[in-house]
Amino acid sequence: MDAIRVDELTKDFGTVTAVDDLSFAVEQGEVFGLLGPNGAGKSTLINMLVTLLGPTTGTARVNGHDITEERGDVRDSLGIVFQEPAVDEELTGAENLAFHARLYGKPKAEREQRISEVLELVGLADEADNKVGSYSGGMQRRLEIGRGLMHEPAVLFLDEPTTGLDARTRRDMWEYIQRLNEESGVTIIITTHYMDEADFLCERVAIMDQGEIVAIDSPEGLKDSLGGDVVTLGLDGPANEFVDRLGDRPWVRERDRTDEGIAITLEHGTTRVVDLVRLADETGTTITSVDLEKPSLENVFLSLTGSALTEREADEPAAESVSDEQSSRTARAKQ
Amino acid sequence: MSLIDPRGIYGLWLRDVKRFLRTPSQIIGSLIFPLVFLVLLGFGLGGGAIPGLPEGVAYLQYLVPGIIGFTMLLGASIAGISILSDQDVGFLKEILVAPVSRTSIVLGRIAGGSTTAIVQAVLILAISIPLGFELAGWLSLPLAAVFLVLIAVTFVGFGIALASQFSDSEGFSLIVQFVIFPLFVLSGAIVPIDGLPEAVQPLAYINPLTYGVDGLRAALVGTSTYSLGVNFGALVVSSVVMVGLGAYLFERVEAV
Repeated sequence: MDAIRVDELTKDFGTVTAVDDLSFAVEQGEVFGLLGPNGAGKSTLINMLVTLLGPTTGTARVNGHDITEERGDVRDSLGIVFQEPAVDEELTGAENLAFHARLYGKPKAEREQRISEVLELVGLADEADNKVGSYSGGMQRRLEIGRGLMHEPAVLFLDEPTTGLDARTRRDMWEYIQRLNEESGVTIIITTHYMDEADFLCERVAIMDQGEIVAIDSPEGLKDSLGGDVVTLGLDGPANEFVDRLGDRPWVRERDRTDEGIAITLEHGTTRVVDLVRLADETGTTITSVDLEKPSLENVFLSLTGSALTEREADEPAAESVSDEQSSRTARAKQ
Repeated sequence: MSLIDPRGIYGLWLRDVKRFLRTPSQIIGSLIFPLVFLVLLGFGLGGGAIPGLPEGVAYLQYLVPGIIGFTMLLGASIAGISILSDQDVGFLKEILVAPVSRTSIVLGRIAGGSTTAIVQAVLILAISIPLGFELAGWLSLPLAAVFLVLIAVTFVGFGIALASQFSDSEGFSLIVQFVIFPLFVLSGAIVPIDGLPEAVQPLAYINPLTYGVDGLRAALVGTSTYSLGVNFGALVVSSVVMVGLGAYLFERVEAV
């Protein structure tokens, strides 16, 4: 059983379609990222999955339960950390957790045990009896993550968990989330508009734009889809043979001569540098410098959303190609 | 997810009570307004100019149950505001995403809001005694408690129903001012309903607070317009209606 299965899910707000016919699945134990700019539909999707919003059409299953017909079971199966902080600052950390545990029907003994476990887990045991209003932003976030785990959910949703945190705290939070996934095996769905966050944390990433998923793959796979890494070599001496023989190599996608050398687009640049050096040796070409540039999710994102958008505008008359592109995207998203 | 979830209701109630006890400024602040009314009206007017007052009842005696009813209205409006401020700070989502029925959430909030409103009302009653208010007898207190609970449930339910129609606490606070005072004045709290202009008298008869204040007066002072049974029956009906309305409207609240 998939942790999440989304089936032709759509949400309209009046004339605006915030989530447009999405279908995808998330495996159990996976850390799955939803990446997209503000307004891409990430939060609307999450809100539907956690039963705060009803879908217009289509449906989804969380931990095997239907989000419209088995809301109670869905709510039992999930924990969520909202984009905006949602703690009661007048209550202490332990009291916030106790409140949560009561809403989730935990009897006293189990409640008290879970509270101390969770506080230990998120490193707030010493702060348990202080009002949450006195916590730092990072501590409040940790408390919320701990609270999301109180009732041992199968799926934990983290909606922009590090927005508003400083760089250091963000980094700690990432490591913390990663450890959590490894230790407890909970499936984690994380939305973010930080590329580095998705790259660091997620096993697979869905890139959302205007309510659609435009690509879904591992961060590596997405980056590879751009055409791969770019190795720029500085070359000295006659290099024609080197360049010609490069063309025979199946792993070379593109090669462009530059003034001082050559820029080669290829897969798995780090492992191919050795082959490049060997080939240069064989052909008697001297390499004076090596530069390896890996594409970031940033590049992927721009190429999938940004340039697509300009294409649409530029190719106004060629409507066919646009719709082709869109249908292929939808097809990809449905995989 | 059962309709009535006692543990969830208790959790919501406990939270409201803890928050209330931790903000003494709010407790004191909520008493100032009713006290000002009590002192100004009770000692300023002195009863001389009030038409239709029951025979042999001092104006202060007449007024205190009315001021207690007013305190309950203020307490109920705070319960409505607290739901909206939960929404403002995002905490409402934490509640709505839990496996607790909306009916239980409304019942929990009513329990919490009623408790704090009743505590405020009891404080006003306690303060009014050194100011000269005379209880009909100590046995009148349990009877008054019954009416306090019914008034609280009615108006906290009303506050929640009204709050569900607003998206932020500011708009609600503004409207509440315009709702509380008509409810207060048109309840026989300050002047008997017979002394009100005839045109607005029908409004007083459909105002649940009329029966609440009259019931309190019967319990605390020993004088009333209607029988205890009529007051009790009217308040039970209004409580049920308001809880139902609150649950019905709150069911439709989307937190996002």
